[in-house]
Parts: sequence; C-alpha cells; structure tokens
Amino acid sequence: MASTGLVFIAFVLLHMYGNLHAFAGEENFNEYAEHLRTIGEPMVPYGGVLWIIRIVLIVSLVAHVWSASQLWRRSNEARRTRYAVKKNVHSSLSSRTMRWGGVTILLFLIWHLLEFTIGKVNVAGGATNNPYELLVDSFQVWWLTIIYLVAMVALGLHLHHGTWSAMQTLGFTGSPMARRRAKIAGWVVAVVIAGGFSLVPLFTLFGVITY
Amino acid sequence: MRLTLKIWRQANATADGSLKTYELDGVSEDMSFLEMLDVLNEKLNTEGEDPVAFDHDCREGICGMCSLMINGEAHGPEVTTTCQLHMRSFNDGDTITIEPWRAGAFPIVKDLIVDRSAFDRIIASGGFISANTGSAPEANSVPAPRDKAMRAFNVATCIGCGACVAACPNGSASLFLGAKITHLGELPQGQPERWDRVVSMVGQHDAEGFGGCTNIGECAGACPKEIPLDVISQLNKDLRTALKHGH
Repeated sequence: MASTGLVFIAFVLLHMYGNLHAFAGEENFNEYAEHLRTIGEPMVPYGGVLWIIRIVLIVSLVAHVWSASQLWRRSNEARRTRYAVKKNVHSSLSSRTMRWGGVTILLFLIWHLLEFTIGKVNVAGGATNNPYELLVDSFQVWWLTIIYLVAMVALGLHLHHGTWSAMQTLGFTGSPMARRRAKIAGWVVAVVIAGGFSLVPLFTLFGVITY
Repeated sequence: MRLTLKIWRQANATADGSLKTYELDGVSEDMSFLEMLDVLNEKLNTEGEDPVAFDHDCREGICGMCSLMINGEAHGPEVTTTCQLHMRSFNDGDTITIEPWRAGAFPIVKDLIVDRSAFDRIIASGGFISANTGSAPEANSVPAPRDKAMRAFNVATCIGCGACVAACPNGSASLFLGAKITHLGELPQGQPERWDRVVSMVGQHDAEGFGGCTNIGECAGACPKEIPLDVISQLNKDLRTALKHGH
C-alpha cells in the first residue's frame, strides 16, 4: 500500500508538472508531449521510456488495489456488528474516505485514459492528434472541467492521508516530531498536486489558455 | 440527574441482542459511571429484572478490566477509563447509549461483557522476555539509556483494555501491539527476542481476526493511557527489519 502509493505520488507530481506546460503555449506543450516519447533515443526505441513508466504504474496499480481490497475485507470481517452510535472525533475526513475516495480515483482514471490516451475523444469535434488542441477543446466544456475538479478533490483528500500514512507504515514516524512532519508533508503534497492539476482546466474554462 | 439509558442487552454469546431503554432518576454527578450502573442494577434487582452485566475490577483506572462504548466513544467522552469517568461529564436529561466493544476477535459473553482473551494469546505469542528464576536481579545492573527507558515506561502504561480496537474503524489492535513491541524493544532486556517477537505477535494478531491498520488515529484518541501513534510506526519498522533479516 505504502510503497506503491509513493510511486503514484512521484508520478502525479511529474504529471502535474508536465500539464503546467500548457501555460507556455501550444508549441511548448506539444513538444513536451512528444519528448515523453523520444526520451532516451536512440538507446531505447521510440516510446520506450514511456512504456517502462507505464508498466511500473500498471504493476503498482494492481498491487495497490489488491492491498486495499485485502484491508477492506479484513476490516469488514473484524467488525460484523456495527455500533448503534459511533463518533469519529480523533481522525481526519481524509483518513475515513480513503476507500471510497480511492474507488472514485480509479473510476476517474479509467475515464481519463479513455478520454485522452486510449480513446482520444474530442467533444468539440476538433483534432485529436494535437495534444494541446485536445486539451483546450475539452476543458472549455464546463461539465468536463467539473468532472476533473471533483476528481482532484478526491485525489487531494487521498494524498493528504496517504502521504502521512505511507510514512507511518514504512516506519519513518517514530517520534512526535517525525509524525508532525509527515502530516505537514501530507498537506503540502495534497495542495501542490491537486491544486497544480486544477490550474489548467480552470484557466482553460475561463479563457486564459486558448487555442 | 435524570438519565435515559440505552443499553445493549444480550443473554449469551449466541443470542441476538438489542438496545433496551431504561429511565434512571436520582443520579449524583459525583458518582462514577460504574456506580451509576450499580444503582441501575439495584433498581433492576428490586424489579425482578436481570441486572446488566458489565466488566470491572479495580475501579482505580489501572487494571484494564472496564470497557463500554459510551455514546459512540470508547470509555466515554473523557481521556480515562470508564471507572474513572464521572457523571459530571454528562447533563441532566441526557440520553446515553452504552454498547460493548464491537470486534469479531472480542466475542460478546453477555450484555456489555466481551471476551478479550485474544489479547492474552497475542501476549503469549511473544510479549514477554526470558529471565532466569530465583532472586530478583539488581535493578541497575543493566544500564538503559534514559530516553529509551522513558519511552518504554510511557508505553508500558498500556493496560490492555481494548479501547483502541473498539474505536478503530478497521477493528485493528495495532496500537496495543505497537505499545507492547515498543515497550519491550526499547529496553536491553527485550533485545534477544526482539525480532522473533514482532513477527509472531503480528502473526497472532492477524490470526485472531483483528483488522489491518490504515493509520486513521481513532485508537490513540480513545486510549485512556494516551499511548501515541508513533508506537505503530515502531511496530512497522521492527517488522520490516525482522522480515529483512529472515525472521
């Protein structure tokens, strides 16, 4: 759970950074997208590095979801009779929404890949082989932007608890000071990543990023 | 004080239970929570109803025998054990829901009493040190660094009441486990069995049917002895180290 989670934190951080190239214009953004495929050439074939990253991510995803399902099953079996009254006063909202938040992110991931990677659907009917145009056309549609913002709320919550929880599971938070640092790291990672991702759809919707 | 009590009544381990409502008048705010239940039981006795069964022993907050989920909080609203909780923490006219610890590994014996021998089996699987019998050794013959000794003492205050399990949304006993691992692992006397201990205690914990820890933190908030969450990090670190070295 923790180690694969850290892989995803690294990935979404890079992905978010890549998206911000949209602010530098069409040429810069498309060049970045193409560079992801040509990186490492000629030592590795075209798209080679990208596929290595994809394989690592797919393996991590399978392991992450499998671990989560095991924890979920054990949790259900550990308490079959629910409390009539149960207060959760010492825990964060994010810690109690990890499971359904994770399911939300998984559904979003499938949608996101169908839209931009596997299916390449341009709802405005424009070009699909131009990454920048596809991005702008998509986020000018308000309901698509809403879907992405909802997903970023789910991702932010997941990262807020997930970052600190991973540190705790790996045994790095053996003192009150280390625990406080890990919790602050959770806030920083959540705000930077979910906030950073939200910038491009918002600025596209409000007409700053245009085609 | 006049109270409305909703108490879980269950005749035995296999019977179906339900919440039953009782009205109790004349409760003093100086009574402990258990004394309030004693008064209720005297009333039930005179009315010919079976008294409410609940666990208690020292009534000094040190034995770990009392339990009770009070209005959705383990040991009630204060950071203490149920026996040290007083009725001044409640208001006249309050409705108080009282339930047993709920965990598959803590089966209900009767009413509010649960069987916590799963904790005993976890301790038996490794929560001890081996020492020669005979006269007690000189206490200062094995030096322990002060910071480690203090940490060990602090977590050794765990009385094994099970509030951590009761409060945990996952039904995990990781705080209990972490307290024992940290307590023994910080001291020189705990070193020889340290790595085998963590592996077998975690194995026993899982075999008992406790849930997995997802670091939610309800346990540390419910703990009457204020065992901090970093013992779970220590538990994970020790387990990782042990598995790496083939234990």
